[in-house]
Amino acid sequence: MSATLIWTTIGAILTLCVYSFLYKDNPFYKFAEHLVVGVSAGYYLVIYYFNFVQPRVVNPVFLLRYGGDPIQFAGFEWWMALIPGILGLMLYARFFPKIAWVGRWPLGIYVGGYAGLGLSPVMQARVFQQMEANALPLTSITNVLLIVGLIGTLTYFFFSMKHRGILGGLARIGIVFIMVGFGASFGYTVMSRISLLIGRVNFLLVDWLHLL
Amino acid sequence: MSGFQKLLDIDRRWIFLAIAIAVVVPFFKPLGLPVVVTEPVRNLYEAVDELQPNSQPLLLASDYAPSTSPELEPMSLAILRHCMSRDVNVAVMTLHPAGFGLAQRAIGQVAAEYEAVYGEDYVFLGFQPGVSAPILGLGVAITNIFPEDAYGTPLSDIPMMEGIRNYDDIPLVITLAGWSAAEAWVYYAYQPYGQRVGAGVTAVMATDYYPYLDTGQLVGLLGGMRGAAEYEVLVEREGKGVLGMDSQSVIHLFIIVLIILGNVAYFMTRKSRRLAAQGKE
Repeated sequence: MSATLIWTTIGAILTLCVYSFLYKDNPFYKFAEHLVVGVSAGYYLVIYYFNFVQPRVVNPVFLLRYGGDPIQFAGFEWWMALIPGILGLMLYARFFPKIAWVGRWPLGIYVGGYAGLGLSPVMQARVFQQMEANALPLTSITNVLLIVGLIGTLTYFFFSMKHRGILGGLARIGIVFIMVGFGASFGYTVMSRISLLIGRVNFLLVDWLHLL
Repeated sequence: MSGFQKLLDIDRRWIFLAIAIAVVVPFFKPLGLPVVVTEPVRNLYEAVDELQPNSQPLLLASDYAPSTSPELEPMSLAILRHCMSRDVNVAVMTLHPAGFGLAQRAIGQVAAEYEAVYGEDYVFLGFQPGVSAPILGLGVAITNIFPEDAYGTPLSDIPMMEGIRNYDDIPLVITLAGWSAAEAWVYYAYQPYGQRVGAGVTAVMATDYYPYLDTGQLVGLLGGMRGAAEYEVLVEREGKGVLGMDSQSVIHLFIIVLIILGNVAYFMTRKSRRLAAQGKE
């Protein structure tokens, strides 16, 4: 029996254990569920350590080579590995109530840094460029539908005035477009979930049993 | 109890069983329903088709985990086959820790099919945590983010990566993601650097990404298993995407029938439920 067949068989048995939940909750399902959690935690730990912590923090701090030129003690790259490394360790202070406050410093830097990095590109991508794309000439039915849908939907989310008269009419049109959007999302969601089932059936029939 | 009420009270496990049968049967009795290629998929295919052989590489970000691999792995295989059949160089990376093994498996499988040489035709850069920082960093210098490939070889020692400094030397990025990483490539690669980005996402996410097509922020889009099947049709190499489409269509029809039946049964029993409620009062 080859190693591939052994591992595929284990995968197949675990798949069946998980799907047994559809009949009712049972110990086989619980076993598979706990196994996934445990294995995932171990896998993530190893991947993060060997792909990031070791090459990016441990190796530079202890002057071991990573990629290009050797790291110089107290050089720019050495500090750039040491300081974030210490900040990362400070996050674990939250496990010790007396010094839990220490963990807020790196968290503040982390949140601030990411907010700063994201502000301009996200506004550009999600707001300005979308507004630009909706400044369309009303020369085709598609463009008219798009503009009507946009105005209607925005009106529906305008809560400073009562939805009566023209405002109410536009809001009702907005609801129609929102519902169409929800319908499309639901359809795609069904497709996605069924794809996962098809993937597993494919695995059981093709990869495991070789029936096709 | 009326027939409609019985329908509403049916044990859901019968529906699970019916769905399982509806998925399995088309595997043995394929219906051969046609897969029509849509414009977003064709656009992505053409963007890959424009890449020059043995030149600047396509950067393929395999940002997916096992939970979404039935939809995204067929895309990955189809795109890699498209590239390797045309001798287009590919650099593969991942921003998802669970994507490491999946990316390795996909590229290993396709490289073996086309006898591609590691370091000359393709390279696996490995995993980087974070999203915005590595994507932005690749625009400055790839070696800042990936000084070495996934196996510890410095990029400077890899022939394929010679002269590949940053996004200026990467004609196209394709991200295959089951989470918000696909959007992040638009934010942090397209917006600041003007990098051409294409995406393959799960069907659940697809509707959120159509606005980026209209604005040109994405050059093309593959949505779910259907998108993978369309790409497989274009590369003329049917895989798990096309294989699953018959089951997909049968299930969709079955669900439509269930929705109609459920609604009819609900409205037909509404009067009797109302009367029963009044009787209790």
